[in-house]
Amino acid sequence: MSDTAITVENLSKRYLIGHRFARRGARLTLREVVEREARNFTRKLADFARGRQIVQGDEVEEFWALKNISFDVKQGEALGIIGPNGAGKSTLLKILSRITEPTQGRVKIRGRVASLLEVGTGFHSELTGRENIYLNGAILGMTRTEIKRKFDEIVAFAEVEEFLDTPVKRYSSGMYVRLAFAVAAHLEPEILIVDEVLAVGDAAFQKKCLGKMSEVARQSRTVLFVSHNMGAIRTLTQKCILLEHGCIAASGNTENVIAAYLAKTLEVRAEALHTEDLEFFRRSRKDSSEAKIVRVGISGPYRESDLLPTIELGAKFTIEIHLAVYKALHGANVIMIIKTSQGEHVAVLASWDRDFGLSLEPGHHIVKVRINDLPLSPGRYFLDVGVDPTIDESCDVIFDYPLLSVVNDGQVVHWLERPWGVVHCQEVEWNAS
Amino acid sequence: MQELIIEAGRIERHYWLDLWRYRELFQVLAWRDLSVRYKQTVIGVLWALIRPFLTMLVFTVIFGRIAKLASDGTAPYALMVFAGMLPWTFFSTALAEASNSLITDANLISKVYFPRLIVPTATVVVAFVDFLISFCILMALMAWYRFLPNWQMLLLPIFVLLAFLASMGPALWITALNVRYRDFRYVIPFIVQFGLYVSPVGFSSSVIPEKWRLLYSINPMVGVIDGFRWCILGGQSPLYLPGLALSVVVTIFFLWFGVRRFRMMERSFADII
Repeated sequence: MSDTAITVENLSKRYLIGHRFARRGARLTLREVVEREARNFTRKLADFARGRQIVQGDEVEEFWALKNISFDVKQGEALGIIGPNGAGKSTLLKILSRITEPTQGRVKIRGRVASLLEVGTGFHSELTGRENIYLNGAILGMTRTEIKRKFDEIVAFAEVEEFLDTPVKRYSSGMYVRLAFAVAAHLEPEILIVDEVLAVGDAAFQKKCLGKMSEVARQSRTVLFVSHNMGAIRTLTQKCILLEHGCIAASGNTENVIAAYLAKTLEVRAEALHTEDLEFFRRSRKDSSEAKIVRVGISGPYRESDLLPTIELGAKFTIEIHLAVYKALHGANVIMIIKTSQGEHVAVLASWDRDFGLSLEPGHHIVKVRINDLPLSPGRYFLDVGVDPTIDESCDVIFDYPLLSVVNDGQVVHWLERPWGVVHCQEVEWNAS
Repeated sequence: MQELIIEAGRIERHYWLDLWRYRELFQVLAWRDLSVRYKQTVIGVLWALIRPFLTMLVFTVIFGRIAKLASDGTAPYALMVFAGMLPWTFFSTALAEASNSLITDANLISKVYFPRLIVPTATVVVAFVDFLISFCILMALMAWYRFLPNWQMLLLPIFVLLAFLASMGPALWITALNVRYRDFRYVIPFIVQFGLYVSPVGFSSSVIPEKWRLLYSINPMVGVIDGFRWCILGGQSPLYLPGLALSVVVTIFFLWFGVRRFRMMERSFADII
């Protein structure tokens, strides 16, 4: 089979992880502490003597990040890899890009590989933008002549012309990621491996990146693409793999795999409702950032069924975001994207559109958005929410959060098997003459 | 089209070829380390001059004036000390820089593939540039003492190479160990400090009694330093050949051992670092 670019056979990867016994509430006595430390010390010493890696903690456990994964990728195919956090997506990419070794199984790769697991790997903050382009390019496997040839293109793409000779430590975080992505976007390998790197920069730049990526995918290069952004996955790939707990849970046509994934997200939501755990949906929050989204939901007349707040066809609703603010916000932008279960964007709301900025003192706050003119059709809807203190950075982002379910409860009585579309228009006047 | 197979425990056949293919990365990393080294310092590159110079002064006073140890032939004591300081500073800087290099570049290791050997090797370039700068002080000192070098000076590059190899072996081994056991971070300053007094830096190795001389040469730096003195002092410091041969053998052994250990541990770097 000469047209296969990547063959993965029974791939497994094991990690050793350490646990620390946590006895909440009870304080450890001095004797227990000494005993514990002594036990840890002897274990580490024994590991050292045998030349094994040392693991911090009281107990060492094996953890299989990947279990018996097999799949093929054809030449020129773009394959998406999706799944919840900790499913093994990044581990898989790391093995394919030769950063780490599999514990079992084998991989056959035909062609020159470039992998992009992080934006701006190896950027040095003391060096200027110009110097960092050369440094980062070389790290990603470009030759110097190649970088020279594309230098102007990279600079233009990143829109940093004026700051080329400024150390990147003086860059805003937006400029930094733009430059970093620009270098990576100009790689020209036969096989490109990309991990969640599109979730950077502002929306306009993200769109530009997405455009660049689909250009790459069209040039009949083989692309492996991990993302939590279903829209991006849908635009870039035709085939997809869903990873869960280190196993392939679904594979095949992108649409079907995404549907399977979102259905699973809903199951998880059942647990999340009890634990109030938003972590599953959270992306890219820095510990030092100004605010944290602690709860997402809707208010108004709704009932709880099918795991989701359910409203009737035509009912208006209000989205509520509970925020824990740590550092005062001055006119922050709130962005919401309402999506269908297929990941299509139904509406994109930015508070700045209505000249509304969040100015909040530290503490717990509730942000409410009443939407009066969005007549959603029956179906399930998901929400992305981001809070952006400035135009360049966001302090917290929630992705693909199951927001609500719209049902037809007798509002429409005729022709129920119709294709519904995304909106069901309410204020319609029929006329015949 | 090149085909690549990834498997557990597979010995990479193309490793050395890959190393060659990534030579530009080597240049770029070396250049990065160099240009960053003295950023945000006041006197910048002068640090490379001051440190060896002050050490030389102290050693000349302590060993030459106070302990009254003999110099090599008619060479001034300060010059003899400096001829030894040169390779020693090179060795110790290379060792210290290389052994921390992988940890400083941890995010590189965990996000990109390239032959890991490049990172510690590239840092040695920094040590080498410092060495070249110190070499200017040596020239100045020689002019000061009106000491003319002989034909032996032309053989100096051979000993520079030997110094490079002697530092590479232990450096690679300790670098790899340092990734796995951070204890070695604390071991290196100790080795460097201790080695300064164990190696014939502040004194001539002719001070060592004849019957211990061969045993003393097990320290690979003994051969290197003696070689440097022989070249720079124009034969005033006679070369002890059996000792030199032993030092070379030990150097080669350590190099082989260091590369081997590094290659063995390299595969798990990304998981452990």
